[in-house]
Amino acid sequence: MSTNDAISPLLTARHLDVTIAGRTMLRDLNLKLGSGEIIAVLGRNGSGKTTLLHTLAGLRTPADGSIELCGKSYAAHDGRSTACLRGLLAQNQSDAFPASVLETALIGRHPHLGRWAWEGASDEKIAHHALMAVGLAGLEQREVHTLSGGERQRLAIATLLTQQPQIYLLDEPLTHLDLNHQIAMLELFKRTAGESGAAFVIVLHDVNLALRYCQRALLLFGDGRWCEGPVADTLTTATLSDLYAHPLREIGDGNLRHFIAV
Amino acid sequence: MINRRHALLILLLLGLAALASIMASLSVGNLPLSLGDILRALSGEDTGLAGEVVRNLRLPRTMAGFACGGLLALVGTLMQVLLRNPLADPYVLGISGGASVGALAAMLFGLPVIFLHAGAFAGALGVMLMVFGLAHGDGSWTQTRLLLTGVIVAAGCGALVALILSVAPEQQLRGMLYWLMGDLSQAETPWSALLLLAAGVACVMPFARELGLLARSKLLAQSLGVPVARRRLQIYILASLLTAAAVNIAGSIGFIGLIVPHLVRLGMRSSAGNDQRLLLPAAVLAGGTLLVVADTLARTLIAPQQLPVGVLTALLGVPVFLFLLTRQPRGGNT
Repeated sequence: MSTNDAISPLLTARHLDVTIAGRTMLRDLNLKLGSGEIIAVLGRNGSGKTTLLHTLAGLRTPADGSIELCGKSYAAHDGRSTACLRGLLAQNQSDAFPASVLETALIGRHPHLGRWAWEGASDEKIAHHALMAVGLAGLEQREVHTLSGGERQRLAIATLLTQQPQIYLLDEPLTHLDLNHQIAMLELFKRTAGESGAAFVIVLHDVNLALRYCQRALLLFGDGRWCEGPVADTLTTATLSDLYAHPLREIGDGNLRHFIAV
Repeated sequence: MINRRHALLILLLLGLAALASIMASLSVGNLPLSLGDILRALSGEDTGLAGEVVRNLRLPRTMAGFACGGLLALVGTLMQVLLRNPLADPYVLGISGGASVGALAAMLFGLPVIFLHAGAFAGALGVMLMVFGLAHGDGSWTQTRLLLTGVIVAAGCGALVALILSVAPEQQLRGMLYWLMGDLSQAETPWSALLLLAAGVACVMPFARELGLLARSKLLAQSLGVPVARRRLQIYILASLLTAAAVNIAGSIGFIGLIVPHLVRLGMRSSAGNDQRLLLPAAVLAGGTLLVVADTLARTLIAPQQLPVGVLTALLGVPVFLFLLTRQPRGGNT
């Protein structure tokens, strides 16, 4: 375990079992996530990455085991306080009704506002900062449905930044993003983790980006097995070839490791 | 993006329009009245014919129309949130179909009016429970399943209505058809309906922001701390009860519940119209106003003959809707 025990963990999973339609995807997972940590979740399609993320977000009851958010179980938090602590970037958002970019970013403020409160100048400032951070400054008044897929994805990230949680659970945040923005978003997560002490759980499909930007990796094999640890130890040709059921080769010198599919 | 002051201003304007429509409705008819006449009649100062006409005939009917229009528009907005579907209206889940079957069956057997109301209400509640039970069956209460169940049950009710109409004696057909198209002339004391409308608005306004999140995405709402399952059940029950009440007042007046939320959205000319904090009360005011205007026209256009108010709401609503739609900028900046 690489977690620094001196810092109380933001998120703790104990003996967690995750099942989908009766099939156990993940058995007896123990995970501690401390302040400022970034952990990558890797695995094949259908290996339970999204389900694990939703379980960690408290939106799904685990088949077995327990989860603690900032030292308390989800049942002990109410919906609002939970949403102030952890944020989820889901896959595939669709909109039935039109909304502008700024309005969409501002919904991240929902858990911070009282029942009768309206978004004020300070909330708007937070939303503007978030939009700027993802490179959408100047598009505040645009309708969301006129945005490109990549811009929408960055808007979803901006909404999450506006929510200002302490734990970010990101389900494939780099989908639809070009290379430039993939790097920019990962740099943004790293900076946010460093500055605010937030922790990140990021579902990724790019092993090399995980290696470069995440301190730890959680590998889900889809049959109950998992493996977790510092990226340098967990991301090896042997484990990755096993994980993806496809041989991988490592290239590069000592400082820069790189995996390619054979 | 809209702030609270801006929203209150819009609601104030809509409130004034509602007041104007009510005043207009009170003043026109066989006996034209001035604003002064109306105020004297309302204050009870005028004990003559004008006072009687306003207090006992026009005011109940006008206020019943306003309450009914407001209820339908409110429910339409709620259904569009619940089903995340811009085509949803209060009748989409078969509530009005059930009410129609109940009411028409009461008429067919020549039962007194009280049974007509009881039949309508029983039919609406029966369908509400049936759709809920069927859609909830396997525990996954998805929007598609709910919508599909509702639409199928509504179609079944439509067939039953057609059956009743085809076997009904000639002299009852006209009353049945008027009930089906919506008719405010039977409206009695409107105060319970107004009270219900106020209660409905009071129930949803504290959750307006949550409803906005629900309209966006279930998962998003859930991750932002909205108790999604509970809220959806509450919306379903509230919307069903309010629809049953509206149908009970005036039969199934089509169109208002579908079009008014869209009219409000389009009228704002920006996505601010999707902010449920504004949309819900604005739709109530606009729906009430539209129905009052439509009913005023329905009873005066070819007086003494009365037209079904449902026909007028559509005749008024469609052109306004199409006008606003063509005015709508195509994407981009608004």
